[in-house]
Amino acid sequence: MLRVNDLKVYYKTPSGYIKAVDGVSFEVKKGEIFGIAGESGCGKSTLVNSLILRKPPMIHMGGEALLEGKDIMTLDEKEYRKIRYTKISIIPQYSLNALNPTKKIREIVWDLAKEHGYTDKEEIESKLRERLRMVSLSEQVANMYPIELSGGMKQRVVMVVSTLLDPKILIADEITSALDVTNQRIILELLYYFIKEEKIVDSIIFITHDIGLLDKIADRIMVMYAGKAVEIGPTEKIINKPTHPYTQLLLNSLPRLGINYEKERLQGIPGEPPALLKPPSGCRLHPRCPYATDICTMKEPEMIEIEKSHFVACHMYRG
Amino acid sequence: MSGIRRYLMRKSMIYALTFVFAVTIDFVIPRLMPGDPIGVLLSRFATLPDVANYLHGYFIEAFGLNKPLWQQYLSFWNAVLHGDLGISIYYYPKPVAQIIKEALPYDLALLLPSIVVSWVVGNWLGAYAGKSKRFDSYLMPVFYFLQASPYFWFAILLAYIFTVKLGLFPISGAYGYGVLPSFSWEFIKDYLHHWILPFLSLFFVQLGGWAIGMRNMIIYEVEADYIRYLESLGASERLLMKHAFKNAMLPQITGLALQLGLIVAGNVTVQVVFSYPGIGYILMQGIMNQDYFLIQGCFLVIILTVLVANFTIDLLYALVDPRIKYAYTEEGA
Ligand SMILES: Nc1ncnc2c1ncn2[C@@H]1O[C@H](COP(=O)(O)OP(=O)(O)OP(=O)(O)O)[C@@H](O)[C@H]1O
Ligand SMILES: [Mg+2]
Repeated sequence: MLRVNDLKVYYKTPSGYIKAVDGVSFEVKKGEIFGIAGESGCGKSTLVNSLILRKPPMIHMGGEALLEGKDIMTLDEKEYRKIRYTKISIIPQYSLNALNPTKKIREIVWDLAKEHGYTDKEEIESKLRERLRMVSLSEQVANMYPIELSGGMKQRVVMVVSTLLDPKILIADEITSALDVTNQRIILELLYYFIKEEKIVDSIIFITHDIGLLDKIADRIMVMYAGKAVEIGPTEKIINKPTHPYTQLLLNSLPRLGINYEKERLQGIPGEPPALLKPPSGCRLHPRCPYATDICTMKEPEMIEIEKSHFVACHMYRG
Repeated sequence: MSGIRRYLMRKSMIYALTFVFAVTIDFVIPRLMPGDPIGVLLSRFATLPDVANYLHGYFIEAFGLNKPLWQQYLSFWNAVLHGDLGISIYYYPKPVAQIIKEALPYDLALLLPSIVVSWVVGNWLGAYAGKSKRFDSYLMPVFYFLQASPYFWFAILLAYIFTVKLGLFPISGAYGYGVLPSFSWEFIKDYLHHWILPFLSLFFVQLGGWAIGMRNMIIYEVEADYIRYLESLGASERLLMKHAFKNAMLPQITGLALQLGLIVAGNVTVQVVFSYPGIGYILMQGIMNQDYFLIQGCFLVIILTVLVANFTIDLLYALVDPRIKYAYTEEGA
């Protein structure tokens, strides 16, 4: 479906390049929810935004991203514009501000559909009403302005808008972090329903800094650290048998049931994530890694398959 | 009650209060001026002191200037509400209302086109500058220059260049001495010839402000999340601009309401520079000759136009920006 090879996406700033995504490879298969987890600032949004909209200061420095065999990193502007929304779409991290406050929902949708060659307004609007019902909103919402919606409603509306033209791949970037627990669950269920039951989209890339969430919905997980992928594998492997030291740290930082956190303090990850302007040499985790040895400071670990479809980039698992 | 109704009720009340306040000030200000209005009127009789003395008492009584101030104030309100603006002292015995009626068309023919055209062109140029860096660097200094120019100063500049140096346009009046107002081609040509410089003065100074406002708003809106979202979903440059433009436009409508008073004042000074026979010029005559009634009348008309225009703009704003309607419904709920 989507195959990303050694992708490098930097930000150009006056003080140099910020290496937000620095050689990441992965694959998203048809019908799956592919989760991406990692601390704030590790490049998750940059990675997925680079697939759909690259503009300064973001620049593509290398690698490819093949969508149905075509490299979207080298498409010309016109073709690139055409595949947005129809082939690849996004529920952005800033969803709550994503809708133009002075346009009705149906106006926004129609304006966008027209850009992709749709001519039957009634068709689009009835589809919009139907999808609104699907996410348990009233059809009336189509006639409302974004300011008339609560945060949870907005999140659902953006979900409907982003998927209205039935894109193949949907990117969902931190779509639950601004919501309360009830709304988080509703959104996750709806997303699951959209892909597994209704098959509105073929695949979902689900981004979160809360790896615990992925346990519930992702088929496979990629863990990112400082612009690099450190571990990729099936969800149950990653959650139950984390291999990379960083994945272990990330999982240990999660609150668990049955533990009294008054006595046993919740374990944060020691140290700070590195600045991506000048990332550490060798393995980027080495300053924070409890198992770091000499080689870690000098040589960058390669991604290796330690068991079937479970990849880790760590010197501990060499050969 | 619906949001729009609440909004209008509240606005109407604010405008009514403003009106009362402004009319009161309008009454007080001319009376604070030093000097004696009748004395000015009677200076024509300087060679006949007895007659002048007699007439002085007569006029003071006739204009009610011997009554206590509060009585003058009440009768002023009474007159205002009846549309009676009194008799001009300077143009005695011409009624102020008549003088204003004759002057008003000249104002409207200057003000309306200058506001509309500068607003449209300014917004357009501003949006252009906001979109294109290259244009921006050329246009911005010009906009800043225009915006910083006082109206009268810019009027004098134009008069100096086009009349004194180039001799292209006449410098005073609304039409030449030889022609009489009529619907003949000749008059219209002559009228436009006189109209162009005052118009350009108003047009250019306003233009700068609108363009700067629009340019800044566009730059701000284009960075907004909703634009990024549209672009991520494949919107073309054209659609992005359409969405950004509408939202950038909204503050410009408020801007129009805020600027209106200044524009009308600018109109006054431009008319003084070009001796253009609108309200501004008449007002100047009133002030120079201490003609209370003429001053009051002119100010009253200016106050009314500014208030009515502002009210219209508020109405328009409520119609185009759903946030206003919503804000008031929310409160009512
Ligand atoms: N427009 C930009 N210009 C310069 N640097 C940027 C820009 N956007 C992001 N960055 C930097 O790139 C790095 C990766 O940012 P990114 O938003 O991709 O992180 P993230 O993993 O999505 O974090 P979060 O969980 O907080 O959303 C960060 O160090 C950030 O400071
Ligand atoms: Mg992010």
